[in-house]
Amino acid sequence: MSTTARRAPGIIPGRFQNWIGAVFEPYLYLGPAIILIALIMFVPLVIGISFAFQNYTLISSTGPSWTGLTNFEALIDDKRFWGAARNTLFWAVSSVSLQFFLGLGLALLLNRPFFGRRIVQALVLLPWAVPGFLTGLTWAWLFNPIIGPISHWMVALGLFEQPDNLLADPQNAMWGPVIANVWFGVPFFAVTLLAALQSIPDELYEAGAMDGASVWQSFTKITLPFLAPMIAITVLLRTIWVANFADLVYIMTGGGPANSTQILPTYIFTTAFRKLDFGYASAISVVLLLLLLLYAGILLRMRQTLVKI
Amino acid sequence: MATITLNNIAKNYGAVEVISGLDLDIFDGEFVVLVGPSGCGKSTLLRMIAGLESISGGDLVIDAERVNAKPPRDRDIAMVFQSYALYPHMNVERNMGFSMEIRKEKKSLKTDRVGKAATKLGLTPFLDRLPKALSGGQRQRVAMGRAIVRNPKAFLFDEPLSNLDAALRVGMRLEIARLHRELGTTMVYVTHDQVEAMTLADRIVVMNLGNIEQVGTPIELYEKPANLFVANFIGSPTMNIFDCSFANGGIILPNGTFLPLPAYAISDQQVSLGIRPEHIQIATNGPGQCQGEVEIVERLGSDTMIYTNVSGWGLLVTRLNGTMDIKIGDAIALAFDQPHIHLFNDTGAAIRVGV
Amino acid sequence: MNATLTSRAGSVAHYLALMAYLAFALFPIFWLVKIAVTPGDLLYTEGVSLWPSRATLDNFESVILKTNFMFYFANSVIVSLSTAAIVTLIAAASGYALSRFQFRGKGIIVFAMLLTQMFPLLILIAPIYTVVSKLGLLNSLFSLIAVYTAFNIPFATFLMQSFFDGIPKDLEEAGMMDGCTRFEALRKIIFPLTLPGLAATLGFVFTAAWSELLFALMLISKNDAMTFPVGLLNFISKFSVDWGQMMAASVLALIPSCLFFIFIQKFLVQGLTAGAVKG
Ligand SMILES: Nc1ncnc2c1ncn2[C@@H]1O[C@H](COP(=O)(O)OP(=O)(O)OP(=O)(O)O)[C@@H](O)[C@H]1O
Ligand SMILES: [Mg+2]
Repeated sequence: MSTTARRAPGIIPGRFQNWIGAVFEPYLYLGPAIILIALIMFVPLVIGISFAFQNYTLISSTGPSWTGLTNFEALIDDKRFWGAARNTLFWAVSSVSLQFFLGLGLALLLNRPFFGRRIVQALVLLPWAVPGFLTGLTWAWLFNPIIGPISHWMVALGLFEQPDNLLADPQNAMWGPVIANVWFGVPFFAVTLLAALQSIPDELYEAGAMDGASVWQSFTKITLPFLAPMIAITVLLRTIWVANFADLVYIMTGGGPANSTQILPTYIFTTAFRKLDFGYASAISVVLLLLLLLYAGILLRMRQTLVKI
Repeated sequence: MATITLNNIAKNYGAVEVISGLDLDIFDGEFVVLVGPSGCGKSTLLRMIAGLESISGGDLVIDAERVNAKPPRDRDIAMVFQSYALYPHMNVERNMGFSMEIRKEKKSLKTDRVGKAATKLGLTPFLDRLPKALSGGQRQRVAMGRAIVRNPKAFLFDEPLSNLDAALRVGMRLEIARLHRELGTTMVYVTHDQVEAMTLADRIVVMNLGNIEQVGTPIELYEKPANLFVANFIGSPTMNIFDCSFANGGIILPNGTFLPLPAYAISDQQVSLGIRPEHIQIATNGPGQCQGEVEIVERLGSDTMIYTNVSGWGLLVTRLNGTMDIKIGDAIALAFDQPHIHLFNDTGAAIRVGV
Repeated sequence: MNATLTSRAGSVAHYLALMAYLAFALFPIFWLVKIAVTPGDLLYTEGVSLWPSRATLDNFESVILKTNFMFYFANSVIVSLSTAAIVTLIAAASGYALSRFQFRGKGIIVFAMLLTQMFPLLILIAPIYTVVSKLGLLNSLFSLIAVYTAFNIPFATFLMQSFFDGIPKDLEEAGMMDGCTRFEALRKIIFPLTLPGLAATLGFVFTAAWSELLFALMLISKNDAMTFPVGLLNFISKFSVDWGQMMAASVLALIPSCLFFIFIQKFLVQGLTAGAVKG
């Protein structure tokens, strides 16, 4: 209670240290992450974006030169680009929604205790551990009538008239990579949603049951609202990943037949590695990045208004 | 053992001021209880004393040393959390001895101190268990034990008993009282429970909206609440409070009865009258101060609460000793114990006798 | 009566649905194994049957003994394990910061990390290739580890953050009251409780690094630094596409990542469950 205490030496250093600590401590922990991400992701990104404004092909004898918006202008008239954009939309929407619904179903199935749950859970999630290109290869075979059974099953089911390769049919070829992608991506949704499901306190369901909620009601009124934040973030991340995911399509169909499965990431690769036109490929990449940003912005805004907890 | 002095302490989160310029002296060995409505800043104040929350303004002085910038571990204060915050991966023994482990004290000393604390709290059979294998009451005792082992300058408790059932609460309350008597260490205790506050405290601090409304011994607060807020807050059931108007040498009650109160020097036109339920009697001879019809009767065994509807006035609570032969609908007259009447002016401050 | 009947029917349906999904999940992997054990001469003639009339382990034998595959395999193990370890360490620190501190610039950092997830890989390839080759680090496992590390940090950080969010702050504060510095509280109290989270992150990053093909293809062209995905593609050219051997190699390559994954998947679920350690 004394004024000496109030004027105790060390006031200012104390404050100052406190302040320094509060501002810098988190950055101390974040430092390595920030430095690595900045150097290995953001710096290359900026350089890469600058290619989009250059005439940067590996075949021309002169070095790259600035061309302003030429690459972007070329995009507008590029039919293959627009086709690829449409295909990307189909690819992302169908893959992610199927992954999501199957993943949610699987999570609900796994959330119930049953005999052998541990081993079933481990096995069912296994596709996650299979590398993307290997997934593509395996499914390409499964669809192939010579070394895979699927087309024969389809004939047996009466869906196909003869054992044709789905991947060779320009009308439906896209379903091939989509199915492979669903197979590959369901575990991610199942794991995240299962975790979210398990964090819902039992009391909520008990209270719901006391209030007379049916199974369906307790699913829509309790489970779904609780899962909503996790759903929003996983759908967001997954869509972004899938929209950038070239491996499956590239390996299974290479964009064919007749460009019917060409999506933006594979189109970018073909442009870069077949035509060796890095400038144009970068321009397409920039457009893809902007589209994804727009999508993320919309989804996050929606999340804010929809998610209440 | 420590004195804790708060000088003009303030806390804000960004632009939100949670505690504003608060002064408090806590004496060596004192048991101080903080009470107040939810969100008034009790936990925040406690955490600032602990060093878990930075102090936005003013000085926190412990034993004549300003400790605003000291980290919690250098303050030598123990805290018992409402959630207990037991380390889930350590057994009871290690939980209790963790502070000594951190300070690299001798193992024999540690075992000895933990053993003693465990005996004191009846935890000896559980020393090997993990917290998840303990009941709520046992966890609470481990949390207390962890604090005791520290032998700190002061103990802080943030609603330590609020997760326990009624019987356990009483037991632990007595335990804490005994602990304070034995150790004589300064204790600061936050609670929502009137009984805990009244029985444990040397002094109670009533807080509201980040300010102190009144500091005093339990009986002071009960008998001489400094203002309407404290009068309302302390005591259960709460004090009956009515708006009255002033007249020569007394006040006019809501039903028009004149109540002479010559001892008070009343200058305000509008006053509030407060009277605790236990200071109202059933008038056996005469009309008393008011008449009404019994609406609710609560029989607690030792006491009987009577809620009387007085026309033009509202519900009046009366607390009578023992069981009473009174039924709903009975017409009764009520008489006030005049020495126990409280008056408050229009700002809510108490009007004292002769002032 | 009726109620037990419904619940009986319910659990039968439950099992059936699970089995159906299990078949869907495992069939492609089974097919991989089937091709790997099919002798070369039967590959096409018995391509459609569920199991070859003659199964053989020859493919495995020749992959292990006659190719560089075990060498690629070792490189992959080095790269994936180092990446996983470094990323987990860094992401634990950054996830902790995001979970426990409110500070200026936090929003920007979170946004930047989310942004990295949208980068089309190709736009990064040419610049990274140029820099790596200028530094003379082409064909070194080090450059691969560095790239994988940076690429995996953002998601691993989010993962770790959610693990830390599940650990009550009270515990740390109790530790600090008990005399710990913040770092000690982290090491002695939070760290043991985050072990499932660390395991999950480790497994996630390991799997990602184990599978990566594109950068491995770009940055590595010499045999002695190849990881197995690149090595696998080599089968196509070198042995005029020996599918049997390639699949045998794939099956071998799947073993560690599957084992690792089976081991960590329970931590993934457990750790992501907010409040797993409460109570
Ligand atoms: N991080 C924060 N940012 C902004 N306001 C906060 C923050 N933490 C606490 N507050 C506010 O500070 C006020 C005091 O909180 P405190 O926890 O001290 O209340 P309390 O008296 O302990 O209440 P209770 O009895 O319910 O525990 C509350 O109004 C709360 O909303
Ligand atoms: Mg509180």
